[in-house]
Amino acid sequence: MKSPHSFIKSMTVIATAVAIMSGSLTALAAEDKEPIKVGILHSLSGTMAISETALKDMALMTIEDINKHGGVMGRQLEPVVVDPASNWPLFAEKARQLLSKDKVAVTFGCWTSVSRKSVLPVYKELDGLLFYPVQYEGEELEKNVFYTGAAPNQQAIPAVEYLMSKDGGSAKRFVLLGTDYVYPRTTNKILRAYLNKHGVSDADIMEEYTPFGQSDYQTIIAKIKKFSAEGKKTAVISTINGDSNVPFYKELGNQGLKATDVPVMAFSVGEEELRGVDTKPLVGELAAWNYFMSQSNPVNNAWKKEWAAYAKAKHLPGADKPLTNDPMEATYVGIHMWKQAVEKAGTTDVDKVIGAMGGQTFKAPDGYTIEMDAKNHHLHKPVLIGEVKADGQFNVVWKSTGPIKAQPWSPYIVGNDKKKDQPEAK
Amino acid sequence: MKIAKIIVALVLAWLFAGTAYALTAADRMLLSAGDNDQRIASIAKVVAAGDASAVPFLKSLLDDSVKVAGSKVFIAGADAVTDAATGVRVELPVNAADVVNNNRMRSELVSAIAALELQSPDVAIRMQAAQALRQSDAGDSTLTLVKNAEKTEQNSKVKSVLGEIRAGIELSGPDQATRLNAAQELGGSTSAQMRQLLVIRLQPGGETDPQVKQLITSSLRAMDARLAYYEQAGIVFTGLSLGSVLLLAALGLAITYGLMGVINMAHGEMMMLGAYATYLVENFFRNYLPEWFDAYVLVAIPVAFILTAIIGMILERTVIRHLYGRPLETLLATWGIGLILMQLVRTVFGAQNVQVENPGWMSGGIELAANLVLPYNRLAIIVFSLTVLLLVWTLLNKTRLGLFVRAVTQNRSMAGCVGVNTARIDAWAFGLGSGVAGLAGVALAQIGNVGPDLGKTYIVDSFMVVVLGGVGQLAGTVYAALGLGLVNKFLEGYAGAVLAKIIVLVIIIIFIQKRPQGIFALKGRSVD
Repeated sequence: MKSPHSFIKSMTVIATAVAIMSGSLTALAAEDKEPIKVGILHSLSGTMAISETALKDMALMTIEDINKHGGVMGRQLEPVVVDPASNWPLFAEKARQLLSKDKVAVTFGCWTSVSRKSVLPVYKELDGLLFYPVQYEGEELEKNVFYTGAAPNQQAIPAVEYLMSKDGGSAKRFVLLGTDYVYPRTTNKILRAYLNKHGVSDADIMEEYTPFGQSDYQTIIAKIKKFSAEGKKTAVISTINGDSNVPFYKELGNQGLKATDVPVMAFSVGEEELRGVDTKPLVGELAAWNYFMSQSNPVNNAWKKEWAAYAKAKHLPGADKPLTNDPMEATYVGIHMWKQAVEKAGTTDVDKVIGAMGGQTFKAPDGYTIEMDAKNHHLHKPVLIGEVKADGQFNVVWKSTGPIKAQPWSPYIVGNDKKKDQPEAK
Repeated sequence: MKIAKIIVALVLAWLFAGTAYALTAADRMLLSAGDNDQRIASIAKVVAAGDASAVPFLKSLLDDSVKVAGSKVFIAGADAVTDAATGVRVELPVNAADVVNNNRMRSELVSAIAALELQSPDVAIRMQAAQALRQSDAGDSTLTLVKNAEKTEQNSKVKSVLGEIRAGIELSGPDQATRLNAAQELGGSTSAQMRQLLVIRLQPGGETDPQVKQLITSSLRAMDARLAYYEQAGIVFTGLSLGSVLLLAALGLAITYGLMGVINMAHGEMMMLGAYATYLVENFFRNYLPEWFDAYVLVAIPVAFILTAIIGMILERTVIRHLYGRPLETLLATWGIGLILMQLVRTVFGAQNVQVENPGWMSGGIELAANLVLPYNRLAIIVFSLTVLLLVWTLLNKTRLGLFVRAVTQNRSMAGCVGVNTARIDAWAFGLGSGVAGLAGVALAQIGNVGPDLGKTYIVDSFMVVVLGGVGQLAGTVYAALGLGLVNKFLEGYAGAVLAKIIVLVIIIIFIQKRPQGIFALKGRSVD
């Protein structure tokens, strides 16, 4: 008969062995099999839902596609979708939840600059990683953020240059119209400085703002008409965001202000925002982006097909008329570049992934192999100007000769013109 | 400048009148492909020939139905593709590329078509052509043509437009006397383009003669005086239009809150349900009765009313009647109901906005002057809200049900004593208020976005109107709605949309401080 002591001893050995084995097993599983959590932070309700819902769906499609092809380093991606409801403080709350509760490796999200500014402190404090897919006003360069949308020199400035050119109508007077928050205000500050430098005096610039969710544009359009009758050729530059664009364009059509008289150049209106608006009176209105759905190239055609199939399979609203747009493209490119960086770094560790991001390239639907800048966290992007067609799509009427390097700090804002082209070290 | 080229060409064409001309395949190619400068030159050449048979092809170019493949030009119509050279139906080649027109090309095409159509036998087409020409910037070499057209023109309206174009060109002519005359004539115009011409003449590099300059200034002043009149009229119109929207939004609340005293926070959601009912009816018509699509609004009106009225009555019977006399609980309960309804809609239709297309007759507007267009959808809403107001007023003041409603709301127990079934009247009245909110939803769907949050944007405005107007009074609601609309639009013209909203709120706060009972107050013993 064995002594109880030796019995306990052997039991302990077994238990320890089991513990070690199971421990190492779970550790192994954590390394190899456990999915990587990916946060998706887009408004699915409220005034910005019109624009942001499609980005959430695009992110889910891309993630599903990556998972189907073996995931990232053999691990599946697990999307965590939250709805900050177009409510800026709620963005920060949801971001904190994603980082500290769900422990996501990366977040794809935000549309308005005010929402991005609201989550920034959270990402800095908890050292998270955010991919921001929308064109914006620049004047920001954070270590924790990658900007896959356009900086002002990749959208706003070329758009104004086009309006002042012969083909754009040689505009001499400008209406800067926007929703009242940081993106339109800053963009218009840059544009005003640019216009002043190019011989447009302050008397020939009118600046107007409306609150979020404005639905009555009668007065504004009357004002634009009056302003345009007071001198040479006028053009409107619109930074109106969200669902206010629908009443704005409806009123524009009803009041008979045509694009051949006073063209409207929009920075936040794409294929998705024009869905359901009667675009026949809007033919010729302009938009500046880095991608249009109407572009024909093999990558874009395949991508559009994939999206149409996904929208149909998931019964997404609007699946009968699947649309892609610039921020959707930026989301798609962003997720793929993050995947490549993780694979290069061999880990999802934020600092290592940030280090591996610079210089990543990807064959994008905009027809170019675009590159993440080695230092400044922005993509090199081509610039396109499109005119609305009767079917709600855009005709590309101008194109930059190739991808342009982003200038996050605008040379037209005093004080920012000398800032360094890379994020400050912590 | 571009008109100059076209017209020079036209005059040349007249000199060679009689030479038969038709578009050749090479012409079509030049018009459709190549860089814009070259295409514009080709347009001028085609117009030079002065052959109106080129118009259909130019129109196809304008509406983007022209395609190019190799050296062939195709026209892709709505139902068939034809070879532009032969007019024969063909399959569109796979490598066919769209002809891209930018705004510059488009305005060149519009002017070319207008110039060719100036000789049309149809007055309406001539009028359109003349107006299109007026919109473009005309140069001095167009003079002969416009003068000729003006001379032969029989229709006085077309003639006066042509006269304006002529004066506009003569304004920068070499002869001082003609310039004086032109400046004088243009003082009578209300066209934004003509005003622009006058302003540009006054800028450096324009007029140098002091006498002409003076006359231009005085003409400009005369024009501005007339335009200012229309501008004021425009502010009043937009004010009335906003006021009528506010009135519609507040009218239902004037019944449920104003008369019945229920602090109805779910009022906005009733409007939202009305808007979604419109969306459903619109979809039904689009899918099953597309030929009757323009009439869907007329069907949506009763559907929205009945749907929201029934929901209102159910709410009253199940929840609200237990809470009469307990305002705080009513507020919370109705707010909760609002949230439930919102979430319900979000679950069924999704959180994104749905699009409600205006019927054809609601698009566009009447142009009274260059700076005053009355859009049809705004006019329709003004008429609609006045009609609803009239019906509600009649119902409350001229019918037995209205009498009972007023009796119950003024003195419930006394009304009960004389045999009025107060519980039933409450249900009817709440149903009526909800139904009117549903009607507001039909109207809101025509001008704004339809989404689950629609109610939230209007509930504050609605309470503002009812409280400002004086609780318990329809007349007060009317005055408050129209007043708020006018004040808001008047301020927006000067202070901008953001500041105007703030100023209006401040004004209301001050007003309520001074006069808590609102503009109109119920007089009599029954008021507590």
